[in-house]
Amino acid sequence: MMQPGLDKLPEITVPVEPQPSAADAAPSAAPSAIRLFLQQRSAGRWADGAFRGLMMLCAFSIFAIVALIVFVLVKNSQLSIHAFGFKFFKGTSWDPVSGDFGALPFIYGTVVSSLLAVAIAVPLSLCVAIFLLDICPRPLRSPIAFLTELLAAIPSVVYGLWAVFILVPIMRDNVGPILEKYLGWTGFFVEPNFGVGMLTAGVILAIMIFPIISSISRDVMKAVPIAQREAALALGATRWEMLRMSVLRNSRLGIVGAIILGLGRALGETMAVTMVIGNHPDILKNLFAPGYTLASVIANEFSEASGDLYLSALIEIGLALFLVTIVVNAIARLLVWAVTRGESAGHA
Amino acid sequence: MGVDIRVENLNAWYGNTHTLQDINLHIPSNQATALIGPSGCGKSTFVRCLNRMHETNPIARAEGTVLMGGLDIYKDASPVEIRRRVGMVFQRPNPFPTMSIYDNVASGLKLNGFRNKRMLDEVVERSLKQAALWEEVKDDLRKKSGASISGGQQQRLCIARALAVDPEVLLMDEPASALDPVSTAKIEDLIFQLKSQYTIVIVTHNMQQAARVAANTGFFLNGKLVEFDATTKIFTTPSDKRTEDYITGRFG
Repeated sequence: MMQPGLDKLPEITVPVEPQPSAADAAPSAAPSAIRLFLQQRSAGRWADGAFRGLMMLCAFSIFAIVALIVFVLVKNSQLSIHAFGFKFFKGTSWDPVSGDFGALPFIYGTVVSSLLAVAIAVPLSLCVAIFLLDICPRPLRSPIAFLTELLAAIPSVVYGLWAVFILVPIMRDNVGPILEKYLGWTGFFVEPNFGVGMLTAGVILAIMIFPIISSISRDVMKAVPIAQREAALALGATRWEMLRMSVLRNSRLGIVGAIILGLGRALGETMAVTMVIGNHPDILKNLFAPGYTLASVIANEFSEASGDLYLSALIEIGLALFLVTIVVNAIARLLVWAVTRGESAGHA
Repeated sequence: MGVDIRVENLNAWYGNTHTLQDINLHIPSNQATALIGPSGCGKSTFVRCLNRMHETNPIARAEGTVLMGGLDIYKDASPVEIRRRVGMVFQRPNPFPTMSIYDNVASGLKLNGFRNKRMLDEVVERSLKQAALWEEVKDDLRKKSGASISGGQQQRLCIARALAVDPEVLLMDEPASALDPVSTAKIEDLIFQLKSQYTIVIVTHNMQQAARVAANTGFFLNGKLVEFDATTKIFTTPSDKRTEDYITGRFG
């Protein structure tokens, strides 16, 4: 503590001293016990190699699993692929009786409900993350953070049940009429509204992906160094300006990553959505109207699919879901790349 | 132009630790004033009280009067208003890594809603020239990130960023302690040039640095201001025995 700072000489001389004394102990005699112990140890080449091999195996098993999934999906949907070809992905009818299958309404339902979910969940999650990070009184931070993360642990069928009994009536009786009144002219909110449909599916998905996005983005924002916050504050930034300038700006890539993770979960979510989306394969602009998702149709119809073509078409729906997930993720990453490329953002 | 700072009975705490005890001093305008003392003596806390950064730590607290050009910054102004008038340079360079060099310098003005492009260009150029960085970065102003230049350049960028808002006081908390000798020399030259236009308060561990740049020097020890006087007096004939011990390296 009382280091003069005039020059660093005292500091340098300290570590020099032990060296001669250590050399005095065994100048010419046999090497010390420590030396012998260290010399006897192998260089670990074999262990390193084995470790490396094991890690490679683990990493490549991921590729193998993905390849296997694609292989099984493609193999088992051969019948449908040969019958409809590319038309399967743009066909709009789903008629098991006459054997006419098209996946477009399901693709539409999956993409729209997931995007709705992200649109609702992102502002909410970021607000909660910022609140927990900076505004919430300290003693309340851990309990609230714990509760939000607990939301992620609730099984999706429980969300579905809750949605059927609580959310659907609210969407029908309280939220629906207001949206219809003020935003009805947009064509997105047109009566009749039974509470079961695309919008409700989007809302329940938003609630389900909110914990992921909020807890990951909170962790990312927490990692922003205090020096960055102080840099903004010292320039005369208000609390919000500081958050925007140093916290949000520095963690935006991580936040986008969190959003992509949430989107991934929304795309594949099955049970809760199936219970509230209405399960009707239509492509409608009206968000009150029922829809259908790729995951829901598989869950609903797989056990009762009669005939090989029907089954094969359902498996091709699985393939379509796989492709949609990949394409949406690719687009999201491309967007991030396009946004950050133009700027001189020198860190990831 | 800079303003003078009069500090009366300033006390500061970190939790239960009384880090600053009854500080009284007058920092004259348009001069560099150095604060020296061993680690943990309270000199950093002191400068952080001058722009109310001390209180951004939730367990920290400060009491007393700080008159900046006559304005009582603890009574008559909000922290945000004070920090717009007082620039600060930190120990470790902290440019915004996601902003270009240009945006880093302009950040203080943009933050406050300054949008005049032509003026911004002028301010950025002027500030970078004042910080002796212009020649090194003028070709990459918008291409390079604030974090992609060397440590010494980053610190000069931070000085430019602080100068861009035309502060009345410039606080420097060990601005050269993380830098190599060449960069340190550049920073010292800068302080030497800037002190005629701004009131500069510099915390330093390096006593030669204090002797080189500052007209007045204060010696802090264990949360108290032991001695405050002209730099030449402090380094040649200090009135307090503790100052003399510290200066001559007889300490601890």
